[in-house]
Amino acid sequence: MQKTNTNKKSVGQMLKNLTRKQIFIPIVALLLLALFNLIMDPSFYQIKFGYNSAGNPVLSGYIITILDNGSELAILAIGMTLVTAATGGQDISVGAAIAIAGSVILRVLCGTEARPAELQAPIIVAFLVACVVSMLFGAFNGILVAQFKIQPMVATLILYTAGRNIAAWINQNQLPIVSDATFGYFGGMIPGIPIPTPVFIAIACIVITALALKFTNLGLYTQSVGINESSSRLNGLNPKFIKFITFVILGLCVAVVGLIKVSRLSTINYSVIAKDIEMDAILAVALGGNALSGGKFNMPASIMGAYTIQFLTTTLYKFKVASEALPAYKAVVVIILVVMSAPIVKERLASLGKKLRAHNAKEVG
Amino acid sequence: MKEKSVLEMRGICKYFPGVRALHKVDFTLCEGEIHALMGENGAGKSTLIKVLTGVYEKDEGEIFLKGLDKPAVIHSPQDAQNLGISTVYQEITLCPNLTVAENMYIGRTKGVGQKWKKMNRDADKILKSLGIPAEATQQLSSCSIAVQQMVAIARAVDMECKVLILDEPTSSLDDNEVEKLFGLMRDLKAKGVGIIFVTHFLDQVYEVCDKITVLRDGQLVGEYEIENLPRVQLVAKMLGKELDDMSEIRDESPVYHGADESEYVIEAEGLQSDAGIKPFNFHIKKGEVNGFAGLLGSGRSECVRAIFGADHVTAGSVKVKGKKVKISKPIDAMKHGIAYLPEDRKVDGIVGDLSVRDNIILAQQVLRGFFRPYSKAEANKIAEEYIKLLDIKTASTDTPIKSLSGGNQQKVILARWLLTHPDYLILDEPTRGIDVGTKVEIQKLVLKLASEGMSVTFISSETDEMLRTCSRLIIMRDRKVVGEISGNELTQNSIMSTIAGGDIK
Repeated sequence: MQKTNTNKKSVGQMLKNLTRKQIFIPIVALLLLALFNLIMDPSFYQIKFGYNSAGNPVLSGYIITILDNGSELAILAIGMTLVTAATGGQDISVGAAIAIAGSVILRVLCGTEARPAELQAPIIVAFLVACVVSMLFGAFNGILVAQFKIQPMVATLILYTAGRNIAAWINQNQLPIVSDATFGYFGGMIPGIPIPTPVFIAIACIVITALALKFTNLGLYTQSVGINESSSRLNGLNPKFIKFITFVILGLCVAVVGLIKVSRLSTINYSVIAKDIEMDAILAVALGGNALSGGKFNMPASIMGAYTIQFLTTTLYKFKVASEALPAYKAVVVIILVVMSAPIVKERLASLGKKLRAHNAKEVG
Repeated sequence: MKEKSVLEMRGICKYFPGVRALHKVDFTLCEGEIHALMGENGAGKSTLIKVLTGVYEKDEGEIFLKGLDKPAVIHSPQDAQNLGISTVYQEITLCPNLTVAENMYIGRTKGVGQKWKKMNRDADKILKSLGIPAEATQQLSSCSIAVQQMVAIARAVDMECKVLILDEPTSSLDDNEVEKLFGLMRDLKAKGVGIIFVTHFLDQVYEVCDKITVLRDGQLVGEYEIENLPRVQLVAKMLGKELDDMSEIRDESPVYHGADESEYVIEAEGLQSDAGIKPFNFHIKKGEVNGFAGLLGSGRSECVRAIFGADHVTAGSVKVKGKKVKISKPIDAMKHGIAYLPEDRKVDGIVGDLSVRDNIILAQQVLRGFFRPYSKAEANKIAEEYIKLLDIKTASTDTPIKSLSGGNQQKVILARWLLTHPDYLILDEPTRGIDVGTKVEIQKLVLKLASEGMSVTFISSETDEMLRTCSRLIIMRDRKVVGEISGNELTQNSIMSTIAGGDIK
């Protein structure tokens, strides 16, 4: 009797600890989606090994698709989490900024020609230029928010509105096409490696972020500024600079995503590229249980949130939901997830759990 | 229920995970009575108030109200309000950008339409009858804090409250304003309202209250008539032990011997900031404790903020240990061994959502630099060391600081600055809103630090506290330094007369 009692207690305790963890919600959401797919069609989890038309080895399957297509969102979620934490607001211009980054890359690669026979500059140069440009646009947002104290959503609305036109203007509204095969490696696959390259790029970004959070004070400073700016200043921090720098970091994330996006197609469509991705990125942060009003954040939870959203999108595609109806389905699921992660619901669940445990204890005792 | 009582709480119990916040507490409030609720931080005062106002659900016990034959059911603040229980909190919970009248009637208008003229007229009538110096159509933020506080009370009164709870209403008021508030309280008392008064200021309790209920560790110590409970005994009851004789500390306090310039740790000349203070000179030597005295708003905090670089310095120079330095922002001051515990703990001190650990290491971490973070193990070790040193009551180093009591939050901020091992420590109102026991601890700590060679500036609204710790006081009036008192001249009277503008120049 005694033993079962302690067992129950420890299980209850474990459950309690787990539910308190911030990452709990995205994980539960992911598990539910996974379970749904498992019941509906176990072949969802099949991964096939084959060769593509060029004779290179390829792994294919829905899981690979999720990991592949979720890369961009995961990378953006990193920057968006930092911006949210430090400024208590969100950057809604990332989609437009990605268009600019992509356009810059194509412009450097193609020069003035629309379809050059060979690359006009090394890809690495094009990417670095895009990084600089994206970080400059990030800095522009950052200055508006940090120095002029404009609400982040309003400040980034400017670039949101103008960004895609700027992107088109960079290439004189032409749609340059890169015919060089190596450029396709970043969004596709490197011959001989059966896993899509974006997966590796995302992993690299996540590892770099993890290292940065571990070996610098990025986390402490951004959270401190987001929670109490005045107090942070009196502790020697420079809140303006820290807010500014989070936008620059997001700019860097945008450049990486821009590279993946244009590489996938080897060209660009200014009005469609990365459309509405800013909303998914913000959603990833929210889904991770992070307060959109800033302050404390949990980076793994945000990234997990990003992949959960992609999991959902892919699931809907698989069940042949018409692409026009997709947002509606997504909205329903999102409502459920967001309500589940709302503090008031969490509290209710916790008290329910408490009652259940008390009930159990009574029965056992 | 007794005949004259408006409120009786019987056997109230409230448990939080792992904590017994209230255990079988009784509380009785009579008509036309001002009743002080006393206890140290964590004694259960706030919890009791929150149970009464429906913020928390009680676990056991019953609440009786006059005019009800059944125990009252209070599940939400709305319920409490409907039953005639109103609360005015320490922080103003009104909307500063609305008018006085709008604030008084917000949330209690019936129907969709709003008769603005009538509302303003009614509001003016109430304000007049209570003698509150405010216009109904005036924007609330243009009133002083004290008047805002009174508007909050007027709102409560107009809701025909039978029980009025004042939770630390005086902590941001100066003496004059407190007097006005007391006048208002006495008027309400004459009208038969039962007032529960929560405060840390003993003087105020003895000035205005009729009865005292003392809580300790979530339990009722007793209810006393004010005349039957001398101050010393009240303190003893709150602490549950005889208080170390406070006057004993006075003897330990260092005597000011004067100093020549070579000993100065900090020397400021003609310092001025954009916060509107007149240029002032200042110096402190090694191991000295001095203080700025003056009324609220006289510029005490602005002076030390200028030294620390918290406000924008517009003129003047600062020397640290004889070397001229430029301090334009807090980090500059920190690098020169200056630490500043700010006046407003909530706004400028704590980083609420961060853990006790992160709050302790924050300043030192910033000094160490961006690329040299403490590992979690190191940070925990440091935090635990200071938690032990200052006897901070917290469940763990991971607990968010905002869930600690005020006194313990203040100790965490103190720990944060002690960790930077400053040469010069500025404490701006370190004991405001803190229980007596912790106050004495902090005062003792200041004297100990000074004896170890740290220079400390101690600012407090309570003069006797400054007398106990400081060997030299700089007196301020109207944002100007008007005098300096040290040695034998340092008495309550000399300070008062200098503040008031006596003959001492």
